Amino acid sequence: MPEPSLVIRGGTVVGPAGLTRGDVAIAGTGIVAVAESIDPPSGAQVLEAAGCLVGPGLVDLHTHLRQPGREEAETIETGARAAALGGFTAIVAMPNTEPPIDAAGVAAEVLALGVGCTAEVAVAGAITVGRAGRALAPLAELAGLGVTLFTDDGDGVQDGALMRRALDYAKGLGVTLAQHCEDNCLSAGGAMHEGSWSSRLGIPGIPAAAEETMVARDIALSRLTGGPVHFLHMSTAGSVDLIRRAKAEGLPVTAEAAPHHMLLTHALVAGYDPVFKVNPPLRADEDVAAVIAGLCDGTIDAVATDHAPHAPESKDRPFNEAPPGMLGLQTALPIAWQVLSPHLGPERIFALLSVQPAAIAKLTATDPRRAGHSAQGGPVEVGATANLCVFDPAATTMVDPTGLASRSRNTPYAGRTFAGAVRHTVLRGEAVVIDATAQR
Amino acid sequence: MNATRHLLSVADLGPEGISEVLHVAEAFAEVERRSVPKVPTLRGKVVATLFFEESTRTRLSFETAAKRLSADVLSLAVASSSVKKGESLRDTVETVEAMGIDAIIIRHSSAGAPHQVARWVERAHVINAGDGWHEHPTQALLDCFTVRQVLAERKGSAPDELGIACFEDLRVLIVGDVRHSRVARSEVLAYTALGAHVTLAAPGSLLPPSLEGWPVEVATDLDAALADADVVSLLRLQAERGSGSFVPSLREYTAGWGLTARRAERLAEHAIVTHPGPMVRGVEIASDVADLPRTVVTQQVANGIAVRMAILFLLLGGELTGTAEVPAVA
Repeated sequence: MPEPSLVIRGGTVVGPAGLTRGDVAIAGTGIVAVAESIDPPSGAQVLEAAGCLVGPGLVDLHTHLRQPGREEAETIETGARAAALGGFTAIVAMPNTEPPIDAAGVAAEVLALGVGCTAEVAVAGAITVGRAGRALAPLAELAGLGVTLFTDDGDGVQDGALMRRALDYAKGLGVTLAQHCEDNCLSAGGAMHEGSWSSRLGIPGIPAAAEETMVARDIALSRLTGGPVHFLHMSTAGSVDLIRRAKAEGLPVTAEAAPHHMLLTHALVAGYDPVFKVNPPLRADEDVAAVIAGLCDGTIDAVATDHAPHAPESKDRPFNEAPPGMLGLQTALPIAWQVLSPHLGPERIFALLSVQPAAIAKLTATDPRRAGHSAQGGPVEVGATANLCVFDPAATTMVDPTGLASRSRNTPYAGRTFAGAVRHTVLRGEAVVIDATAQR
Repeated sequence: MNATRHLLSVADLGPEGISEVLHVAEAFAEVERRSVPKVPTLRGKVVATLFFEESTRTRLSFETAAKRLSADVLSLAVASSSVKKGESLRDTVETVEAMGIDAIIIRHSSAGAPHQVARWVERAHVINAGDGWHEHPTQALLDCFTVRQVLAERKGSAPDELGIACFEDLRVLIVGDVRHSRVARSEVLAYTALGAHVTLAAPGSLLPPSLEGWPVEVATDLDAALADADVVSLLRLQAERGSGSFVPSLREYTAGWGLTARRAERLAEHAIVTHPGPMVRGVEIASDVADLPRTVVTQQVANGIAVRMAILFLLLGGELTGTAEVPAVA
């Protein structure tokens, strides 16, 4: 065994089959020992993890990094730091930047800027040129850079024939198309969930049907083409039900849900604070319950943050005019833990936040086209890359917007406290977060 | 409105608050009938109107009310202001407040904008003069004031003697584009707070998507509902908010939901017709019906000044405690 450079001591290892008390020794970028008790050699760095869970580093399928174009809201570096503090060792950058990631040059720039950050940065490419929904983006060329997920996120591909063509064209590229499900005709002008609260508050609503009609359409297109479809930020009971039935049918579909859709409801909009404006919008109690049920029964494969930074001046506007979106990277695991731990064991929660999203984004193995990227999503065992998230279920996470690593402050959880806290994050053997403090 | 600093929603007032506004407005209506309809009550106070949406009557009404109370009035014309140069609402409001403004009267196309402004100001009072589809509190208050005035006139008593008991079990029918109407939302809150029964009548596409929690009934047959109504509140079809596309045509809307002359014959003899204005004659109301004595639109406009004087007085001068005394007028 090579001499360990880092030892995580006293924790419980989260493996696919369950929990094992064990210290973890790391040499260089890899795990070299997992054992009941490991004596750290002198000179090795030691991370105390008594009472903590040592799981695979988290993988976020849905991060808005705002670079290029909106660097006042977030940069790749600050977003990656927020990710590391949230226990993430890999994030997928969404393509709705300015310019969008619809060409190899932009994708290459984002990938290059991500190298050396405190979390690995993969990119999702746009399905259509300019995310405008009219012509296919160069999917094959982007796939050649190691892009495995494509989406026009921020908008859905409105034209069903174009989406069908994209699914046909993508065959053989080894990529997955991901849809932001929103029928723009049904959602036009909407600023919150359409229902009892929107009616009372006089805010134009976005009906659940705006999401569900596109979920239903793309399930039909997956059936038609055989192409895999990943459904982004599922927020309604109807959507969860559609995905459940599509999976029962054996269609190649996957789905994610955001922490805010597991916890918050449209009632929060009553004070007209745009920090609660997000798209898809915060929904009703029964939708929140359905999202949680979908996460518990395997209908929804991943928790994904939809981390969407906005500079204060853009968010501090009249509700109808403010852009949608909320921060999520630094609160995702504590919220998932609080909501899901009454129903699911730690290995299932880490599956939803690490193993399964890594598989959906095809980040579980190294890829020569993605320089500097390691295998993500575990398992925590000898021979694996040391991408780890050390989580303390007994600690608490108190959300102070000014203390977040993001450049923006638009967290809907200001002042709230969640059970559990990310204590350490290890990226390729480097402790990038120690005791909830970023090391660089 | 007990200890209420702002008027953002009718819900801020409660029945006692509404009762107090009506009481104080009654005294100011008396002032208005004088040869010099002006009192020194708010001398030295500065009131600013910030209208981010077109308006003539509401803005004029507020400014007249403030002037009759001897307040100084600043009127921010958005079209020629720093807003056009990209200044945010928040900065505009903070700039205005820094000039020592005592009250900000705001109209905005985004629901909740007055609530946000109320969070941003340090000492100014905020009055909602209409926010998106949400509320238009002073309109609902002046509607109640006008209805009570008519009821009192018929009884031969002073409106104040009726108190708010005259609203108990009053049947109010609100007809038209409730979905996009801030007047309707404020009226529902005001009338139901006072004990009236409210029924909404509109084609399905012009009703709010959900009426969960609304203490109202919905009439599917306008003709039947009209016969039962003591008060009919007609709403304008807000074509500028896109509600034109919510019905096949104005003609079909008028045929089904307009107060045509023939339909007006179904009204009870005592029924009162209100309209927040501007009326579109021939669409929601026939011209002949608009000119009937039972249609009190011009009274509403006149009363708007007294009601807004009452709001300004109660927020800036007096206190909304249920015992407000109108200042002796010379």
